[in-house]
Amino acid sequence: MEIDAQLIAYLEELSCLILSEREKQRLTDDLREILNSMARLEELNTTGVPERSHPFDNVNAFREDVVQPSLSREHILQNAPAHNSEFFIAPKTVE
Amino acid sequence: MGYPEYQVIIGLEIHAELATESKVFCSCPTTFGAAPNTQVCPICLALPGALPVLNEKAVELAVKAGLALGCEIPPFSRFDRKHYFYPDLPKAFQTSQLDHPLCRSGIVEFRVDDQTYQVRINRVHLEEEAGKSVHSGERLQGSHYSLMDLNRGGLPLIEIVTEPDLRSGEQAKAFLERLRTILRYIEVSDCKMQEGSLRCDANVNLSINDNGKNVRTSIVEIKNLNSFRAVERAINYEAQRQYEDYLDGNMSLNAGKITAGWSDAEGRTYVQRQKEQADDYFYFPDPDLVPIEISAEQVESWRSQLPELPAEREARFVTQYGLSAYDAGVLTAAKGIADFYETVVENFDGDPKIVANWVMGEVLRMLKDAGDEAEQALAEAPLKPHMLAELLQLLQSGAINGNQAKEVFAEMWTSGKDAAVVVKERGFEQISDTAAIAELVNAVIAANPKVIADIQGGKTSAMGFLVGQVMKKTAGKANPKLVNQLIREQLNIT
Repeated sequence: MEIDAQLIAYLEELSCLILSEREKQRLTDDLREILNSMARLEELNTTGVPERSHPFDNVNAFREDVVQPSLSREHILQNAPAHNSEFFIAPKTVE
Repeated sequence: MGYPEYQVIIGLEIHAELATESKVFCSCPTTFGAAPNTQVCPICLALPGALPVLNEKAVELAVKAGLALGCEIPPFSRFDRKHYFYPDLPKAFQTSQLDHPLCRSGIVEFRVDDQTYQVRINRVHLEEEAGKSVHSGERLQGSHYSLMDLNRGGLPLIEIVTEPDLRSGEQAKAFLERLRTILRYIEVSDCKMQEGSLRCDANVNLSINDNGKNVRTSIVEIKNLNSFRAVERAINYEAQRQYEDYLDGNMSLNAGKITAGWSDAEGRTYVQRQKEQADDYFYFPDPDLVPIEISAEQVESWRSQLPELPAEREARFVTQYGLSAYDAGVLTAAKGIADFYETVVENFDGDPKIVANWVMGEVLRMLKDAGDEAEQALAEAPLKPHMLAELLQLLQSGAINGNQAKEVFAEMWTSGKDAAVVVKERGFEQISDTAAIAELVNAVIAANPKVIADIQGGKTSAMGFLVGQVMKKTAGKANPKLVNQLIREQLNIT
């Protein structure tokens, strides 16, 4: 995959971020380096190694359907950038 | 030249909240209507280091839903992250399932009038609800903000995706009603559309035969339809709009999906935005959750726990009780009502069709304002099924007449008194004592020689007068059948 200005602009839009020119350049370099590192994995011979989607072998890590206490609302709201006594206040998303 | 023929092509995506006690990846409660942000924990908030743990009950309910919809249950399933940025989703991704859903390839039958249709189910997958933004109620100055309640965030949700097999708004509505009946029968979801625990998105486009050339309009996805009527109206409106726009040369063809909303008040759809491609969600397997493996034994064990499904029960009501298909359909549309009906039948020594008429008439009339709560209202009603059976027994024996039975029923419904008690209180008990009535009959015959002569001269219609006289003497309490029979015996009329 080619990391170019167009792709960076697309990712910027998808992730709802506004990047400075310097950040864009740094991100371009970082992403290229990450892709190069990942490309080295292609050199591994994986013939006969089954495909998997998780590094652990275990499956079915379940919990029982039992209710535990939630946090208090004061606790939940205290670190929010904006809130009133009941709700988080967030940028409006629907016109 | 006529207008080009067209076919409406509809696929639905239905979201149903599962009836678990706790959320899907944490132990917060799922109570509807709790005070805002009181059912929230570090996992709901996506605080750094918080790890989700899957609720086994949610898996069970999702698989049961799939089985009831005729799906296959693959042995391997997993969760994926679906990324998008929205304040109701603190993690900035929704934990969902892309390539390995819990259930695949089902089929559901439903009816419109007497015609049976089938819809293929593409998949049923498990995911989490997002939080809820509150736009009305408490208004903020300037209104550049939304208020966010995360109680709903993390509730277990199944998404049911159909193949594009539906052909009209009417069909879509009928299918959705059938789907809701099934989900409520198996008790995986309460499916309350007005509380948002069942929601529907409809994908609509047209296949147009324009002078032998097949043309397809772009698919429009109408979001968040929250009543059966809205589903039907929105689809019919959108199909008509696409057709008219096509004739006017204004309809986009074969473009990407277009997202639209529905205004119930205005009765129209409105286009919201061009839909992002699925890849834009940057799905990838969730590393915080290990895969799910479901053995064939487990699947069969869950399947064996499913109750009789509505279609089977409907068919059985026709054969076992001799009901019409229509009556069987009405009585089995809700499990609680079908259960009630069968309990009355078990306790009643008589024709099950009489019970059907009473349940469909008097009982459903009492429940008609309860809407989605009808089953609950019936369960909570003071009148229990064995009590209705007793009432019908009194009616059948002739102890009371039909109008009296209806009056007694209404009283029993609210007071919970036994039928015999209400009958006595209201003085409805019919006199069926043959000796007592025979005495009155003799007196009436003796007092009306002219009428007797008329009757014996062939004017049998005058019988009614004599019956009326006896009824009058008993203030209407004599058993009219018995009166009739005794007069005929006395006058030797067969």
